[in-house]
Amino acid sequence: MSKHAPRMLTAVSLVTFFLLLVWAEGNLDPYLRRILNLIAINVIWAVTFNLIYGYTGQFSLGHAGFIAIGAYTAALLTLPLAQKEQNFFLTPLISPLNTIELPFLPSLIGAALLAGVAGILIGIPSLQLRGDYMALVTLGFSEVIRVIFMNLQSLTNGSLGLKGIPGHTNLLWSWGCAILTIFIIRKLASSSYGRAFKAIREDEIAAETTGISLFNHKLMAFAIAALFTGLGGGLMANLISTVDPNLFSFVLSYQVVTVTVLGGVGSLTGSVLASAIYVSLFELLRPIDQPMTLGGITIPGRPGMRMVMFSIVFLVVILFYRRGLMGTSEFSWRWLLSKLERLFGRERQEA
Amino acid sequence: MSLDMFLQHLANGISLGGLYALIAVGYTMVYGILRLINFAHGDIFMMAAYMAFYGVALFHLPWYVSFAVTIGLTAIMGVVVERVAYRPLRDAPRISALISAIGVSLLLQNVGIVAFGGRPKAFPRPALFALEWKFGEIRVLSLTLFIILITLLILVGVFYLVYRTKIGRAMRAVSWDFGIAGLMGIDFNRVVALTFAIGSALAAAGSIMWGMKFPQLLPLMGVVPGLKCFIAAVLGGIGSIPGAMLGGFLLGVGEIMIVAFFPTLAGYKYAFAYLALILILLLRPAGLLGRIVEQKA
Repeated sequence: MSKHAPRMLTAVSLVTFFLLLVWAEGNLDPYLRRILNLIAINVIWAVTFNLIYGYTGQFSLGHAGFIAIGAYTAALLTLPLAQKEQNFFLTPLISPLNTIELPFLPSLIGAALLAGVAGILIGIPSLQLRGDYMALVTLGFSEVIRVIFMNLQSLTNGSLGLKGIPGHTNLLWSWGCAILTIFIIRKLASSSYGRAFKAIREDEIAAETTGISLFNHKLMAFAIAALFTGLGGGLMANLISTVDPNLFSFVLSYQVVTVTVLGGVGSLTGSVLASAIYVSLFELLRPIDQPMTLGGITIPGRPGMRMVMFSIVFLVVILFYRRGLMGTSEFSWRWLLSKLERLFGRERQEA
Repeated sequence: MSLDMFLQHLANGISLGGLYALIAVGYTMVYGILRLINFAHGDIFMMAAYMAFYGVALFHLPWYVSFAVTIGLTAIMGVVVERVAYRPLRDAPRISALISAIGVSLLLQNVGIVAFGGRPKAFPRPALFALEWKFGEIRVLSLTLFIILITLLILVGVFYLVYRTKIGRAMRAVSWDFGIAGLMGIDFNRVVALTFAIGSALAAAGSIMWGMKFPQLLPLMGVVPGLKCFIAAVLGGIGSIPGAMLGGFLLGVGEIMIVAFFPTLAGYKYAFAYLALILILLLRPAGLLGRIVEQKA
């Protein structure tokens, strides 16, 4: 295989993928499109969690906080003025926000930047700690963010949440952002920074003795992850069109951890696959929440049954397949081609 | 604020703090031995509340029998959770066990939602605990005083067990260094199982009293107390049993007092525990009474 072949293949498949997306946007029904959008958003979150935990080895449970910041920022920037007035009937929205209504792109950029800044502010104290202490403090910060959002009536409308957020998110936006996130994090991981991240993950003391600034690198990974997490949050707000603080409890952070672990910690390919499986499995399992009839016997459906199934799958993965779907390996064209070659080579011999 | 009001709030705070202390001790014992944040502890607490409820409501047991059975069953449940979800990961990186704990917590919550339904259940409050006692101008529910009394008795019992018995010495040895403790002939797995049994039994006792104090059962009721009690354990110094007790009482009294003195901040009540956690971890990561422990990789 020539040196440029993988790059060509990537370009071709990207173009094909986007053509498919354009087709899907026009032809698939809203339900399927929504699922595909959700997959893309979950991809963004899992990939960013992988940057913090998979590459840099810092276990953070603060994703929900950054998602909340992104979602609220995008929501407040894109909400039409009339909707704002309807939403904030208890206490009016504070001054600059009640007169602006931005298009989607600047809103998303705002969401990402604000989440990134929050990442720096939260990262500076949290990253002083290690292991489960860091996990707890990040979880604490994310819960504090949620409680603040619950109480800042004139900024977030408190527990009433925001309704009528325009549904700007479509497949091109969501997958475009997902691919951008993967691309940048992939580039980062294969740069000298990325190697420093992995060195920190393997052994902090050894990494430090080779001259890697632990704190700077950890903070960099954390802030970049927060930035893209916020981007995902913005996409989510403009997809589901209502947000309220309780959406962003730590259960959401658990979900991100789950997807990443399912895919394999340290593998972006795994994150993508796991997001797709997680979201679609969740939809496919919907029937078990409803009553079903099997061979004449009606099993009463119990809402929540699929969450039970899901938790069991999660436990089985962490107990028995700790490497997840992909371990730490990534998809590459070389790997695919060699697989194909072996497959077809064997067939030729048989014939 | 008058002195009477203050004393009333104080009694309330101490009884809430006592419940926090009971649960926090369970966290701290497990952490001391396995270096694991048992995220499922709060959900074991929830399960115990439902068990006690069904014992009375469904099986028509007298309340004391139901409560005793609940404590026993919860202890067994703790041991089972450890055996199934944590022991296989003993040699894995520490974060794996943490993730497994998150999984157990999710599972218990969702089993709770499916089995018990999302509608709140009213926990029974036996007549003995529903009396109103007057001390001068102060009115106190008998439950409040019983909680303080029972909590203190249990905590003294835990102290005795950990610091005055042979098995307690084994637990302390394991928490210092489980490798060396093993060489001294201590059966590590037995000590861990016992720790989970005791921790869960304490959570069950706390849960029953919690149910009588706040008689509304929900499948997610364990989440917030669970997190708060972990914070209490960290506040006092994770791994230290007196620390967990101190942390629990401080958090309980602090929470009640903050709302009593600054009613406008009531909406942020939940965030105070987290702010306390963040501050203590940044300023004094070992907690108030803890010793600095090198993190095992």
